[in-house]
Amino acid sequence: MTDTPLVIAGKSFSSRFLLGTGKFKNKKDLTDSIVSSKSEIVTVALRRIDLERHEENILEYIPAHVTLLTNTSGARNAREAVRIARLAKASGCGNWVKIEVINDSKYLLPDNQETIKAAEILSAEGFVVLPYISPDLYAARALVKAGAAAVMPLGSFIGSNQGLKTKEFIRVLINEIDLPIIVDAGIGTPSQAAQAMEIGAEAVLANTAVATAQNPAVLARAFALAIEAGRLGFLSGLPLQLSLSQASSPLTGFLYNDIPAN
Amino acid sequence: MTFQQIKNILNDNTPQSVEDLAQEAAKLSRRQFGGAISLYGPLYLSNFCSSHCTYCGFNSHHKIERIKLAPHQYRNEMQFIHAQGLRNILMLTGESYKHTPVSYLKEAALIASEYFQGIALEAHPMETFEYKELFTAGVDGIAVYQETYDRARYAQVHLSGRKKDYDFRYATAYRAAEAGMRHISLGILLGLSDPVYDTFALYQHLRELEKSFPGVEYSVSFPRLRTVKTASLASCDVNDVQFVKIIALTRLLFPRMGINLSTREEPKLRDHLLEIGITRMSAGSNTSVGGYTLLEKKAQDPQFDTKDGRSVDEIVKSLKSRNFDPVFTDWRHIENGL
Repeated sequence: MTDTPLVIAGKSFSSRFLLGTGKFKNKKDLTDSIVSSKSEIVTVALRRIDLERHEENILEYIPAHVTLLTNTSGARNAREAVRIARLAKASGCGNWVKIEVINDSKYLLPDNQETIKAAEILSAEGFVVLPYISPDLYAARALVKAGAAAVMPLGSFIGSNQGLKTKEFIRVLINEIDLPIIVDAGIGTPSQAAQAMEIGAEAVLANTAVATAQNPAVLARAFALAIEAGRLGFLSGLPLQLSLSQASSPLTGFLYNDIPAN
Repeated sequence: MTFQQIKNILNDNTPQSVEDLAQEAAKLSRRQFGGAISLYGPLYLSNFCSSHCTYCGFNSHHKIERIKLAPHQYRNEMQFIHAQGLRNILMLTGESYKHTPVSYLKEAALIASEYFQGIALEAHPMETFEYKELFTAGVDGIAVYQETYDRARYAQVHLSGRKKDYDFRYATAYRAAEAGMRHISLGILLGLSDPVYDTFALYQHLRELEKSFPGVEYSVSFPRLRTVKTASLASCDVNDVQFVKIIALTRLLFPRMGINLSTREEPKLRDHLLEIGITRMSAGSNTSVGGYTLLEKKAQDPQFDTKDGRSVDEIVKSLKSRNFDPVFTDWRHIENGL
C-alpha cells in the first residue's frame, strides 16, 4: 500500500516527521538527525538565529531542500508574534511560520485566543500559518476560518516527554477539522509518535526527545520509522479493539439461557 | 515546600544526599534546556552611587574614582563586547538617580540596540512609568537583587540612600513586570545573612511573581560575597557544598527558571555548576566602569573582583568540549510596547 504525500498549503512532503531544532548539544547532531530521519520540515526559533556569525548560525546546519518553519518563540501575545513573523520573513527565513504564543513561563501552555488573532493577521499577509495550540475544537475551527494551513495541537506539556495525554481531544480535531493535524509537543518516544499517527494525525513534530537523546540521529530515525508505521496502521483501517475477557455478569445472556430444557 | 523542608535539605551535608540532589537537578536541567547556556557581557556604565551598602565596592563612602561613561565612551565599550561575539548585554550602574537618570539609561539602551539583541539593566529601582520608557527604548530585562530577605540584617547593611527602603526594593520586580519587561532577574547575596532563610524567602518571592506575571521569564542569581579592594564583608560564609545544593534545589523547584552564574566564582567551580543547573553566564567580564577600552587595568576599581578571567572564546571552547551549546542570540528586537 502506498501513502499519499503530506500536503500543506499546496506543497507535498514525503516525510511526516517534523523536527524542532532547540536543545541540541551541538549543531552537528542536528544536521545528522535531519539527514537520518529524512525530515523535510524543520522548525527554528527566530530568536535563536544568529545571522551574523556563520559558525553559530543554525541555518547553516539545515540542508537546503528542507522547508524552514520559523517559530515565534518568545511572543507573549498576538502583536509580538506578528512582529516576529514579519522580522523572520524580512531576514530571509521565508513565509512559513509556526505561531507560538506563550504567556506562561511555568507551564509554557499556548494562549489559543492570541494565537487565533495572530493567525488571522498573518494569513491575510500571505504567510503559511501553522498555529501551535492546546487541543480545543472551537480554537481549531476559528483557525480554519483564520486561514491556517494546518493545526498543531500539543500532545502533553512541551518538553515533558509524557506522550499523548490529550489523545481524545486530538481525536476530536482529527474528526472535525479539515486541515492537517500535526501533533506537536510532549512526544517523547517513537511509540508515542506511532500512536498519534494511528489515530489519524497527519504528522508529528518532536524536538526535546531527539535533541536530548544519547544519540540524537538514531532516535530521529526511530521516530521517522515509527511515524511511517503508525501511518500505515491508520491507513490499514485498524481492527476495533475489543476486550476479550468475559464480563462477569453478562447483560444479554438471558436472551439465550432461558431456553426451556426438554 | 516549607521552610523546614528546605532547611532539612540544605543542612543535610552527607555526600550521598548532596550527590543525589545534584544528579536529579542535572537530569532535569538537560531535559529542560538541552545544553543551552546563554552568554552575556556585563557593561558598567557608572559607579556613582548614593547608597551606602557596607559590602559593596561602589558604596558612596568609598573614596574611589567616580566615573560615568559618556555616550561615545560606552559605545566603544559596546563595540568591544560586540566584537567578542556577544549579543546579550547587561548594563549596570551604581544606584544614583542623580547621575544616571532614566534619560541617561534610555540613551544607553538606544545605542545598545544597535549592537545587541538582548538588553538587560541592573540599576537603581524605578517606577513603573520609568520602566515603560526603558522598555520602549529596547530594554527587555531588569535585574534587581534583594540581597537579603532578612529585614533586620537588611537594615544593618543598607545604611543610607534609597536602597534602605526594603519594601520599595521588594516591589521593584512587580513594577518592572507591569511595565512589560520580558525578563526579570532576582537574587540574594550569599554570605550576608542566613542562606537557608534567604533561599526560602527568594523562592516565595518568585512564586508570588509567577502568579502575578506568568508571562515573564524569571531567572535567579546567587552571588557570593567576595573580597573587594575596600572591604568589610561576609557574616556567614556559604561553602561550596551549600552553594551546590542551593543551585540544585532551585533547579528542582523551578524546572524552567534561568539560573545565572557570575564571574565571581573560580573557573573550576563554574564548570561543575554548569552540569547541575546553570543556564546563563557572563563571559569575558570586566566589572570596572570603562574597564574594556577606557582604563588601564591597574587603574580600575571593580565592584567586585572576578575569578574567571577567561575570554569569550575560551569559555565557548570549554562549553563545547563539555557538550554544552553556547547561546549568543536568544532574542530578536521587536519594537517594544506601542
